[in-house]
Amino acid sequence: MITVEHLTKCYGDFTAVSDLSFEIEEGHVYGFLGPNGAGKSTTMNIMTGCLSPTKGRIRINGHDIFEEPEQAKRMMGYLPEQPPLYMNETPAEYLRFVGEAKGLKGCELQRQIEEVSGQTKIEQVKDRLISALSKGYRQRVGIAQALLGNPKVIILDEPTVGLDPIQIIEIRDMIKQLGENHTVILSSHILSEVQAICEKVLIISQGKLVAFDRPENLEKLLLASNGISFTAEASREEITKVLGGIDRITQWEIEMREDELAMISVKTESEDVKDICRELFFAFADEKKAILEMSSKKANLEDVFIELTEGGVSEE
Amino acid sequence: MIAVLKHELSGYFHSLTAYIFSAFLLAFVGIGALIYNIQSAVANFEYVLGYVCLGFVVIIPILTMRVIAEERKQKTDQLLYSLPLRTSQIVTGKYFALLAVFLVPLCIVAVYPLIFAQFGEVYLLTSYGSLFAFFMMGAAMIAAGIFISSLTENQGFAAGIAIPVILLNYYSVTLAEYVSSTAFGSVAAILVIVLLLGFIIRYLTQNQNLANGISILLMLAVAGIFSVDSSQFEGLLPDMMKKLSLFEKFYTFVNGVFDLTAIIYYITVIIFFLFLSVQSLEKRRYN
Repeated sequence: MITVEHLTKCYGDFTAVSDLSFEIEEGHVYGFLGPNGAGKSTTMNIMTGCLSPTKGRIRINGHDIFEEPEQAKRMMGYLPEQPPLYMNETPAEYLRFVGEAKGLKGCELQRQIEEVSGQTKIEQVKDRLISALSKGYRQRVGIAQALLGNPKVIILDEPTVGLDPIQIIEIRDMIKQLGENHTVILSSHILSEVQAICEKVLIISQGKLVAFDRPENLEKLLLASNGISFTAEASREEITKVLGGIDRITQWEIEMREDELAMISVKTESEDVKDICRELFFAFADEKKAILEMSSKKANLEDVFIELTEGGVSEE
Repeated sequence: MIAVLKHELSGYFHSLTAYIFSAFLLAFVGIGALIYNIQSAVANFEYVLGYVCLGFVVIIPILTMRVIAEERKQKTDQLLYSLPLRTSQIVTGKYFALLAVFLVPLCIVAVYPLIFAQFGEVYLLTSYGSLFAFFMMGAAMIAAGIFISSLTENQGFAAGIAIPVILLNYYSVTLAEYVSSTAFGSVAAILVIVLLLGFIIRYLTQNQNLANGISILLMLAVAGIFSVDSSQFEGLLPDMMKKLSLFEKFYTFVNGVFDLTAIIYYITVIIFFLFLSVQSLEKRRYN
């Protein structure tokens, strides 16, 4: 559907995106994840023809965005970070213009405007000035604009930024619905959002692609971070001895507190964290050392994200 | 292109722009007609236009300042880039919308000579010939205004550049009398223009080598011609200033001559600035 090959974009000496390559298939919701300034918006702007790359190619269904821009752009709807709205128009007038620019005419134009207004639930405000609409409605009008012309791919740049929690949930539900009929690519720096709606995640950091997989597979990437932390009443040597006796624990950290208690966090590659907890409990009980508190933690996308993006920083 | 044209037109007539522009133009023409045709009882309507054309200094920047600058400021230019439109379609759509806005008050003005003709003998041919030239001159300035608007995202700044540019063009004939007419003076002026051209090329293409190359080539050409025959350059600068004046060409029409070369000159200016506007918009993608 979309092929990005060796995409590089430099602003003077600063490299915003460097040698990015990936392929997007039809019919999924893709999440574009990265910290601020990682190159998400730049990549999206290049994919939609708003910016030109320094190097690299982008093809949408075989059409190069710079060699056959009209065919390529007809297959895409784009909502930039700041919705590109004309404040002194009503949504109805605005959608009419966008529809006409996308080559729709007459009844078909009218039908599509009604359809996307329904999908984005903006019918009741369609004759008010856009400048008088709330941020949530403006975002919806922006999405409606992207949906006109029934494009195969819809690209949304941080669609939920600056909205209140209820609006965020509504927009997310809308995106999920869109995913049933379109390929949706959305960018975000909010992990829970990507985890909630995306079937595949691209993580980029410092302009480089660091991971591209399903959210659950990404979590598996960090097996070793299945961790348990607990507090025990024992000295450092005693704890080291007990932990050394458990094979499935690969690494540990011990921190002695002033009140003679030890805070310990251990990591394991085993899937069955509960079993390790049990083993730890009995091992300490055998030594007559009390465990006062214990909690287990499973790796989530957030850990993957932090590890991958911070890893990128330390490499530089 | 039609979509952009329709959209721009509805924008102009929904906001005050078109009305303020028409009001200004009609007020200027009205005052002119009052002074020349009614008070002095002269039947030549073209004199009114000759007087009114100074008004372009104010009304053209009012009309063109927001045309592209505002798109950038509101970030709606991203929408235009992502729509299946070519940049040339966007620019021509916007240009024709501005021409239509300019044409509306001129249609009203076009009735004046007919009214005056009821009360005496009016030279309708020169009147309408001048009106046509008036339209073409305005069209050329609108094209220049679009280009200036495409350079910035601040409307005020766009107007602030467009006003002195048009004013300078208006006075260039008067100024031509005062500038040096020696060969050396002309060469110096040409070198400055070549340098400016180099900067514009660099700004539009972001290519230092290309800008250097073209500038050096032009400078060498000038130096070459100068060393062979320096008399070529005598009086060239004042001549150039007179030739580039859009207003001077218009006065030929007011004096009753329909000058086809002037019309071709106006069309050339229009195409030149629209081309530059397209390049300026394209360039935005490359920074």
